[in-house]
Amino acid sequence: MSTSQTTTSEHHPALAHQFDSMEQQQDASTFGMWVFLLTEIMMFGGLFTAYLIYRIKYYPAFVAGSTSISVSWGFANTLVLIGSSFTMAMAVWAAQTGRKKSQIWFLIGTMILGSVFLGIKAKEYYDKWDECHIPGHIIGKGFNTWGGCSATNKSLGNIAQEIVERGENNHEEIPLGAATQTAQQTEIFFSFYFAMTGLHAFHMIIGLGLLSWLLLRASRGEFSGQYFTPMELGGLYWHFVDIVWIFLFPLLYLISRHKGGI
Amino acid sequence: MSDHTHSHPTPGLYLVIFLALVIGTCATWAIAFVDLGIWNPVVALTIAVIKATLVILFFMHIYYSSKLTKLTISAGVFWLMIMITMSLTDYLTRTFLPH
Repeated sequence: MSTSQTTTSEHHPALAHQFDSMEQQQDASTFGMWVFLLTEIMMFGGLFTAYLIYRIKYYPAFVAGSTSISVSWGFANTLVLIGSSFTMAMAVWAAQTGRKKSQIWFLIGTMILGSVFLGIKAKEYYDKWDECHIPGHIIGKGFNTWGGCSATNKSLGNIAQEIVERGENNHEEIPLGAATQTAQQTEIFFSFYFAMTGLHAFHMIIGLGLLSWLLLRASRGEFSGQYFTPMELGGLYWHFVDIVWIFLFPLLYLISRHKGGI
Repeated sequence: MSDHTHSHPTPGLYLVIFLALVIGTCATWAIAFVDLGIWNPVVALTIAVIKATLVILFFMHIYYSSKLTKLTISAGVFWLMIMITMSLTDYLTRTFLPH
């Protein structure tokens, strides 16, 4: 490091030898994190693209599936996740301005909100399980033998009934056979629903792991205005996961909602 | 560390962004129950894009970042748009062809 030409800051213990300054190090790390996040965007983007294509191809089934999930829980979860992004942003700010106690509390707050999100998600998954809406050959059978669906009348056949009733409300007659076929096709919607929210929830769990690690380092007092890169990058990851949900919420819960369901 | 070139937003600004996101969420939720025909997805996704932009610019500090980072993210989003629009252009026009 003695050959380093210009350093505005003193040699910080966290400064890796390949960098001239802490600022250069943070710029490089942030840039690298963004490149990683762009690969994540392309991964989720592939799922979003496939979802849109299948939504166009099986539109009535996607409407039926989309209106069967609870918009209230989705709405609540969106607020929870936005709140967690706010506390995460505050944690980064607290780290940068050298507020040791606040960064710990903001991290804990973020972790609590993240856990609440996963809890609500688990409740939604349980409801789908209870209603026999897990994709697979489950129509009408009730699959009680392995403890899944407790009520056979809540199977996909129920969705077929809803499609018929919705048609009656719009003064159009939908035969039960056609409605049943549409109900079977909702399994494509539910496959996307579980794949997309599942991958998102998996990212949340990784995020909680990262936050635990940040919490440990923050409690050791490792972060300051000169060095808070791990907090900054952890924050970027957490906000990215928030952004994915910002698009999942309208696409899965909202854009067919005017057709019915609560 | 006052001479840090990457000035970050203040808690006040974070609070304003948070409230804007809450308002956007409530708006998109309320509008979803109104039948706008084909405009329902358009409105919902427009609000989502606005919310995501606020998160990227302020929570993720891109508003304060270098041109290199801004350009890289724009390129990534552009690439995402290529994937979505060209895939949909393909699939949406296939039915015009005889099977």
